[in-house]
Amino acid sequence: MTKTTIQLKLNGIQRRVDVEPNDVLVDVLRDKLGVKSPKVGCDRGDCGTCTVFLNGRTVRSCLVLAVEADGGEVMTLEGISQNGPTKLQKSFVERSSFQCGFCAPGMVLSATELLQNNPHPRRAEIQEALAGNLCRCTGYSPIIEAIEAVCKK
Amino acid sequence: MPIAIDFEYHKPKDLAEAAALLARYQGGAQLLAGGTDLIVWLKEGMKKPEALIDVKGIPELWHLDVKDDALSIGARVTFTELIESALVKNEFPVLWEAARTVASCGVRNRATLAGNLCSAVPSLDGAPALLVYDACVHTRGTVEEREIPVSEWFTGPKRTALLPDELVTAVELPLPKKATAGCYVKLGRYQGEDLAQAGLAVLAEAGNVWKLAFCAVGPVAKRAGKIEALLRGKKLSDALIAKAKTLVAQEISPITDVRASKEYRLHMCQVMLERGLKVAQARLLGKGPAYGESVL
Repeated sequence: MTKTTIQLKLNGIQRRVDVEPNDVLVDVLRDKLGVKSPKVGCDRGDCGTCTVFLNGRTVRSCLVLAVEADGGEVMTLEGISQNGPTKLQKSFVERSSFQCGFCAPGMVLSATELLQNNPHPRRAEIQEALAGNLCRCTGYSPIIEAIEAVCKK
Repeated sequence: MPIAIDFEYHKPKDLAEAAALLARYQGGAQLLAGGTDLIVWLKEGMKKPEALIDVKGIPELWHLDVKDDALSIGARVTFTELIESALVKNEFPVLWEAARTVASCGVRNRATLAGNLCSAVPSLDGAPALLVYDACVHTRGTVEEREIPVSEWFTGPKRTALLPDELVTAVELPLPKKATAGCYVKLGRYQGEDLAQAGLAVLAEAGNVWKLAFCAVGPVAKRAGKIEALLRGKKLSDALIAKAKTLVAQEISPITDVRASKEYRLHMCQVMLERGLKVAQARLLGKGPAYGESVL
């Protein structure tokens, strides 16, 4: 296998890292680049805990090879809250929307993408946007309510 | 979970380079587009390629436009891009409706229609709509380009007519000549992010011409020709729908698996047929639920 050096803009900062072709993006982010908000849950694209923005869209970073991100731009939860928690994050905190918090980074990023594309989503649209982010604690209601509260402001 | 197998990674810049790479590896290379199926299969050791050929760097595969009375969907076009396309929504609303049911937003941002066809799992949501719109798959190999009707594309579960030295360049859908309307009826265990337990695309053309295609209830997605022949030219009535439902068992061959039993699938396909026909007819008349609303 050929080891290569990839370059990517990670949370606004240009980074270089050596990877093998079979390195998966979530593992490189966590183990080589020190970004810990994307979590490894199901590791097969079903649970959404590894969600990151890649070139402006949310992706499952467990289903992306690190080499595919070469020359690209990755934004994680650390990046979107560089200047303090966003309105959306504050709304989650105010309602204690999460319990264990494992799904929270993915939920925040998926909801952030939704609100970028659709600032006033209907409840069904919120549910669809979060359908790929599983939460085993809350039953989703406090998460959806926090997103609705931000839309109303 | 890391990927246990080793492989080389190539990202060709044009089709000629991709074809040359495919030829060099003689069937040992695997094409990579969105990777939402492939990366899982690599992790599970179900695919062990010597090399991956990432097609996302090939500009000839990026288009989504109308050429010569047909919509051409480049092989790198994602489901999200299909959903965001007014052209797809207006001209091929059944494909648009089906695209919205694929997995989740984060997967649709990456997964491609061409990749869905190449994965060729029996439950693929992309296929029924392409079948009722009489779509073709365009491929390119080292020596020739081919155009394969989607109806001849699937040769078995996870098997297609694609040859080892070929890649898919585009999926082409002829623009409908008459007024059409339809729906994609997807049965899942819950709404949002589920594989189909059964899927049915219905297309109604003015003049009582019907096109129907099922997925997830047989080894490959396919048209329901016997039901289409029964319905052709007749006005839709409760008696006709009842007769059509009796033919469903001849059109599909469902199995029992982790998602549903064969009996449940057969029963629900009859229910889906009835609702799908009624919704398609209502939409053709400018009534019925908006595209994207659940039909079940």
